[in-house]
Amino acid sequence: MQIVIRRVDNATIVDVSGDIDLANSPEMRKTLLHEVRAKGSPRVVLNLSQVRYIDSSGVASLVEGLKASRDIGSRFILIGLSGAAREVLQLSRLVKVFEIYDTEVEALEA
Amino acid sequence: MNRDLLLKIELRSDPKALYVVRGAVERLAETVGFAAAECRSVVRAVDEALTNVMRHCYCGRLDQPIELYFRRLGRQSKAGRKKGLEILLCDWGPAVDPAKLRGTKLNELRPGGLGLRFIRQAMDAFEYERVGKTNRLRLIKYLPPEKSSSRSMRSEA
Repeated sequence: MQIVIRRVDNATIVDVSGDIDLANSPEMRKTLLHEVRAKGSPRVVLNLSQVRYIDSSGVASLVEGLKASRDIGSRFILIGLSGAAREVLQLSRLVKVFEIYDTEVEALEA
Repeated sequence: MNRDLLLKIELRSDPKALYVVRGAVERLAETVGFAAAECRSVVRAVDEALTNVMRHCYCGRLDQPIELYFRRLGRQSKAGRKKGLEILLCDWGPAVDPAKLRGTKLNELRPGGLGLRFIRQAMDAFEYERVGKTNRLRLIKYLPPEKSSSRSMRSEA
């Protein structure tokens, strides 16, 4: 798994690629919580378009990021859900819980 | 030796092994005859079961033994016998409280507890038993009937 962080306007874009599983979901969790809590970004956009696999620990990290952002009144947005990511979020019935857009442009304009 | 045994994997409880196991299981499920979506389900179930063992039975220790056995079900074409794949996962951690094998409620916004839900959704059968000092988790995925019969012709040709 690789994580790249970019700043666009007042948003933080987190590009994730590869597989998210127990071996690396703690790293993603730490990154997301850092961006939300420590950096206080008003809008964290997580790009999952290059994620080939995500397990329940990865989904749990997303949920923690969302809850942390709600705690401070910021936005936590998912974009570019790959087939694997969408399938897992549908299975967990969390698709409607997250704010999801197809593209980065849509997420930044929303 | 059990002639229906397709594959046995011995690994340590290091999460870095998950990536390797997923690759092997996906290829194996394809070989058995599952469609792409079913292969992903089987992979997800095995991955989540291993994750649970690593996290909860072995508490994050990286050097503990885990064994996986993959067995073809219904190889002989007997009437009413379903074809599919049986997966047996063995670990030597503490006994698991069966009450904790229920999984989380859907729509409940909290991290954790989804793994068991994924396993149950993915597989047709899910059984846990403690045998001596061994935790044995048995997972079964059946081939769809039409696929089962066409596969039967291919595998018996």
